[in-house]
Amino acid sequence: MKKYTWLLSLLLLFTPLSFSLAETGKVTLLNVSYDPTRELYQDFDAAFAKYWKAKTGQDVEINLSNGGSGKQARAIIDGLEADVATLGLAYDIDVIAERAKLLPEDWQKRLPDHSTPYTSTIVFLVHKGNPKGIKDWGDLVKPGVSVITPNPKTSGGARWNFLAAWGYALQKYKSEEKAREFVTSLYKNVPVLDSGARGSTTTFVQRGVGDVLIAWENEAFLAVNELGKDQFEIVDPSVSILAEPPVALVDKVAAKHGTTEVAQAYLQYLYSAEGQDIIAKNYYRPHSKSATAKYAKRFSKIKLFTIDKVFGGWKKAQQAFFADNGVFDQIYLPGK
Amino acid sequence: MSNENQEVIINPRQSGYDPTRALTEPPMVRFILIALSLLFLGLFLFVPLAVVFATALEKGIQAYGEAVLERDALSAIRLTLLTTFISVVLNTLFGVASAWAITRFQFPGKNILITLIDLPFTVSPVVSGLVFVLLFGLQGYFGHWLADHNLKVIFATPGIVLATVFITFPFISRELIPLMQEQGPEEEEAGMVLGASGWQIFWKVTLPNIKWGLLYGIILCNARAMGEFGAVSVVSGHIRGLTNTMPLHVEILYNEYNFTAAFAVASLLAFLALLTLVAKAFIETHAQDEKIALPPAHEQSRTP
Repeated sequence: MKKYTWLLSLLLLFTPLSFSLAETGKVTLLNVSYDPTRELYQDFDAAFAKYWKAKTGQDVEINLSNGGSGKQARAIIDGLEADVATLGLAYDIDVIAERAKLLPEDWQKRLPDHSTPYTSTIVFLVHKGNPKGIKDWGDLVKPGVSVITPNPKTSGGARWNFLAAWGYALQKYKSEEKAREFVTSLYKNVPVLDSGARGSTTTFVQRGVGDVLIAWENEAFLAVNELGKDQFEIVDPSVSILAEPPVALVDKVAAKHGTTEVAQAYLQYLYSAEGQDIIAKNYYRPHSKSATAKYAKRFSKIKLFTIDKVFGGWKKAQQAFFADNGVFDQIYLPGK
Repeated sequence: MSNENQEVIINPRQSGYDPTRALTEPPMVRFILIALSLLFLGLFLFVPLAVVFATALEKGIQAYGEAVLERDALSAIRLTLLTTFISVVLNTLFGVASAWAITRFQFPGKNILITLIDLPFTVSPVVSGLVFVLLFGLQGYFGHWLADHNLKVIFATPGIVLATVFITFPFISRELIPLMQEQGPEEEEAGMVLGASGWQIFWKVTLPNIKWGLLYGIILCNARAMGEFGAVSVVSGHIRGLTNTMPLHVEILYNEYNFTAAFAVASLLAFLALLTLVAKAFIETHAQDEKIALPPAHEQSRTP
């Protein structure tokens, strides 16, 4: 008996393996998205599955992957088989078109409003009572104010943050040089750069690092609602950027999976009345007039500028600010 | 822990004469050393572990059950167990084969093999993951061939298994090499002289000699495979319910402000780790009964 004790213990080690993999014959889509959309797409996917079932009788299952926008684009290029990409900014989808040629370069013209069914903006999240008295971008460069924002190299949200600050300074000082000085001193107040927007929110909210978080408006609303209105409050700056996170069908992957039709319907459904409603409920600014009117109270009227007007579009901005040895690399010197 | 209790631990025979006493450090030094290590253990091991279980059960047993039995959590558990199982089986085969080759034969390149076995210990897990992306990613060396044949490696289960196998690769052979070196080839040679075949020698002589060391290695390998984060994170693609292992699922839940669920799944991992420790203790006592010295983990082997 004793002879077999060791064999027995070996077997016992693997007994929990008695699960079986269940496969069913329904259509599955993979939506590869950026960080703060988890809650939005969980709601939207359920609604779309219902709609698609009623329309075609087919069951559809949508899988979701979240991460920093740049990181997710990299993963799609490396072979993560996304049927649809819903990333934080247009440039990340441009890169997929350029490097992996998985979709045509004019992808942004295929859906209304530059393929952005929802927009957002960049606001500040501060501790309750706003102990450091932060009211506008100008307060972020004051000595002793610790600012939390993610890494523009990997996070789409961080790039919007950067450009919003730059745009503010440009409007105020009317000079590129002054804007550069302003943003340089702002990043001197940043103690840590997380790789994604959600990571930064966790750093600020959970770990209590920093006095102010520069965040997506939707992310700031979510943090306040999930973690208690008695702890944090949102501060709207005088001016900010209109953030346009686009969506796109990844043609080659969808064609390979035979899911082109359902993937297209999925993206179009974002523009429908129900889609827009879910979008607004999740604190994204809706695109349709009726939903905008319905949820007008929820979103404050910040003066918003677009990336096209101030920076001449994403390709230019990416090249000038975030490419290797671009402005960000020149001004951000950790520990200095 | 009170002072009196510690005094009892230090000196169980307070009234009687203790022959070891004259030969060891003064009581004060012993007291400080023991107090320090207990304090350290409590602060860095026990408190975090207690926090994991306390947070997991914060909202009651029902919330705990829901978190653990939720669809994505179950799929993460399933994937982790599957990955661990495959890694342990493959590395057991490799570990026994390599330990046998290294301790029983002379061949050119032996030192290189010994060094290479240690590679996964020295390379950062993130780099190990990236290696597989470079090899099997769409832009990698085999990417297009794989895509043309409709095979998925990274961002799917095979990639996760590959990364885990790579990371846990040295555990078993590292455990067996010193043990088999110490035992020497004499018993196997005796078997051969008596006319046993290769397989007979393996099953009747070698395996019974190394079985406890082998089990010990399997347990270490098992523990690491379940907990691996870095390498798996790079090749996973983070698809909910499909390519998230338990550690990745914990991270996602945490990022969703779902702390109770995050710690519930974390407590499952901690529980599995505790089970592993129990198994390890069991094996150690059994090995002692049979008077087989287990080599310390990851002891550097000498080349004979």
